[in-house]
Amino acid sequence: MANPNGRPVELHIPSRIGYEKIAMGTAASVARLMGFPEDRIEDLKTAISEACINAIEHGNKLNENLSVGVKLAACGDSLEVKVLDNGTGIASKPAKPDIDRKMHGEEDPRGMGMFLIQSLVDEAEWVNDTNGEGSYVRLVIKLDKEAD
Amino acid sequence: MQTETKANIDQISDGNHGRITVLRFSGDISSTSRNAVVGSYAGIDKSLPVLLDFTKVDYINSSGIALVIQILMEASKLGQKVAAFGLTPHFQKVFTMVGIVKYAAIFPDESSAAASVAGSATS
Repeated sequence: MANPNGRPVELHIPSRIGYEKIAMGTAASVARLMGFPEDRIEDLKTAISEACINAIEHGNKLNENLSVGVKLAACGDSLEVKVLDNGTGIASKPAKPDIDRKMHGEEDPRGMGMFLIQSLVDEAEWVNDTNGEGSYVRLVIKLDKEAD
Repeated sequence: MQTETKANIDQISDGNHGRITVLRFSGDISSTSRNAVVGSYAGIDKSLPVLLDFTKVDYINSSGIALVIQILMEASKLGQKVAAFGLTPHFQKVFTMVGIVKYAAIFPDESSAAASVAGSATS
């Protein structure tokens, strides 16, 4: 049942908040088939949730005529997930959230999505649009065989 | 696709003669949960400590966490003690990552959370 040939699993979700759950569930299924432990699967689900929400809200501007693409590819001991949208990408990575500044009203309480993505997966890369085909974030989680 | 956030307001004894408010959330906590999360907090007695019960919460994203932070901001201004319980191990980790534990301790269950805030009423 695992993806022995490394062919990607691909889905397209509407740009509507809530549909990120479909991507989360699909990624969880693939990761489970690959043998990832449940705690890493939960990490991946949250990272994908945040990536999809960013794509829906910021990339596709909640335009339900646009979809968010999610591509999952198993490669050896790694699972790579790309979340694609029609936006131009990010201008710069936001600073690490500062809870003290948020609590004192000096920083927006929101804006933690990218930080969570980077913290929960092994690799995270944001790629901006260069040829009018949209931008994407690439996430990778790795099976840690040494942890067995 | 999202499970609506519901919030119930409860009061429990602190084991002595005091009371503790418990905000019991269920469903998803996301950007659409403002009324349930911040709105329910707005209606409670701010002189009592408050527990945030996440036992029946299925899914929290960063927008939902931002709403929790807004509760903590208001509570902090008022000197109101807040504790949380019922989070899954994953979301305990996420709450710790974003620093919420600095302003609201996280406990595995209601009794330990209640014990941490007992006797901290501000009136």
